[in-house]
Amino acid sequence: MALQILLNVILALCWMFLNNDPTAVGFITGYAMGLFSLFLLRRFFPRRFYVLNIWAIIMLLLIFIKELLLANLSVLKTILAPKLKNKPGIFAFKTDLKADWEITTLANLITLTPGTLVIDISDDRSILYIHAVDIDDAEKAIYDIRHSFEETIKEVSR
Amino acid sequence: MIETAKIVIAVFILLGSLICLAASFGTLRLPDVYSRIHAASKGATLGIICVLLGVFFYFWFLHGIIAAKVLLGIVFVFLTSPVGAHLIARAAYNTGVKMEEKSVQDDYEGYRNFVIKKKEDSYL
Repeated sequence: MALQILLNVILALCWMFLNNDPTAVGFITGYAMGLFSLFLLRRFFPRRFYVLNIWAIIMLLLIFIKELLLANLSVLKTILAPKLKNKPGIFAFKTDLKADWEITTLANLITLTPGTLVIDISDDRSILYIHAVDIDDAEKAIYDIRHSFEETIKEVSR
Repeated sequence: MIETAKIVIAVFILLGSLICLAASFGTLRLPDVYSRIHAASKGATLGIICVLLGVFFYFWFLHGIIAAKVLLGIVFVFLTSPVGAHLIARAAYNTGVKMEEKSVQDDYEGYRNFVIKKKEDSYL
């Protein structure tokens, strides 16, 4: 992804030099032209067209914000209930993400999700230990983590 | 126009401070460290982000200044507060703070005992 972005910037610079137009408008035009030519040449790169990765990053950010809002609503519900009748507990979550930054992002996302908090990550980086405010919701939490967070993070690093 | 902007700013700042208030109630009401971290980390994050957004809009709409430092502050709070919560929870567990009696499940205990045993073995 970084290689394609660098290539795109270099193409934009070439466009600026060819047109003798050292302005921001010239750069943006060149960048758009470079984007188009990279799209045409996409089958020569080892990874896919990088705009898709950037789109996945934006989706990840939106999920982050949505989960933060939902988390606060559920915490408010727990706190302001007249009687605390939640059942806390720690459950293990097996992940198949490999790279360090992917696991860090997943852990941050989980901590900002409704009712879950990462306690520790096992030494071989395959199991996350997660504290849940209400263990009855843990099944749902596991399902959500698997199907929204993990998939999106995989999509970013594809 | 200015009036609408003022209402938006007021809503953001009031909402943020209410969320912070609720989070501090949570730290008082909940029984053990781990549940308290839940309330404190999530509530404080969103509360502070709302207040900072209100400040950003105030300077933008009423004074025409774009305060980029405030946006940077939002990003930093967003990134660092879950990490802080995780580290405090982990340190609490590893120094032997008990979870409350109502807790029903603890998968971590087995793993932790396994790690301690492995370390002891490797010292021999």
